Amino acid sequence: MNSIRALIIDDSSVMRKIVERSLRQAGIELTQVFEAGNGAEALGVLKQTQVDLILCDINMPVMDGLEFIKQLPGVANAKGVPVVMITTEGSESHVVQALSCGARGYIRKPFTPEQVREQVMPVLGGKA
Amino acid sequence: MKTVNEMLAADSSHKEWIPLLELATREVFEMMLGCKLAQPEIAVDGSFDITAMVGLAGQMCGVLTVRCAAKSATHMASKILGMAPAEGSQDVLDALGEICNMVAGNFKNKVAGMGDGCMLSVPTVITGNDYSLHSLADSGALEVRLLFESMPIAITLQIHS
Repeated sequence: MNSIRALIIDDSSVMRKIVERSLRQAGIELTQVFEAGNGAEALGVLKQTQVDLILCDINMPVMDGLEFIKQLPGVANAKGVPVVMITTEGSESHVVQALSCGARGYIRKPFTPEQVREQVMPVLGGKA
Repeated sequence: MKTVNEMLAADSSHKEWIPLLELATREVFEMMLGCKLAQPEIAVDGSFDITAMVGLAGQMCGVLTVRCAAKSATHMASKILGMAPAEGSQDVLDALGEICNMVAGNFKNKVAGMGDGCMLSVPTVITGNDYSLHSLADSGALEVRLLFESMPIAITLQIHS
């Protein structure tokens, strides 16, 4: 199994730790984990580095997760990188909105490592 | 499943939401902390010196609080983070805030029609127990008391209809 580089975007630092732990519990090997507190910070991170997977909250200050996905195609380093949303917002309309903006997966909080694996593994396309 | 408005009209005390509140809490602890909450056999009255709260606004307005002892909060944080944070540390307070946020989000997603129509505030955590909480809630409070690894926790929803 290959290791991947992941970018975790959430305005809560403790939630970023929880998401990283869940990825590892899901059996996903992480070479490197980058963090950002909102979409604007994440765009800055992606200008400096390449990642294999992005996990993103929706409700964040400065730039929310949906706006971040809309701006992602303009970042050369992020072309083709799958985005999986992790959020408390669990209604069908939120899921549809996120997927139509370009998200490849959607995880509702609370979640189990198995649910993380189910959403993340298919979008990695054999990288992990 | 009834919509929020049907429930609000049918029962101003919203007691039928208590099972949803309990289920929402149990799911967060089972899925995120890997532990089952127990039902106390007798009425439990704990010394709660940490309170996490999340506001709800929109179709339903109110405040959801999770109260527990500092020792319980530290243990919850160690379970959810997979490390042993110091009692009273920022990680402990933030972890309890996130647990409260997930309980509130999980609860609203279980009430038909509230998922889209109700927003959550960022969590706030209060340490100490020498305080009084006054909110605009006018429908009384729904409360669930459970045991986390034999230690009592209280989940309360105050609703302003």
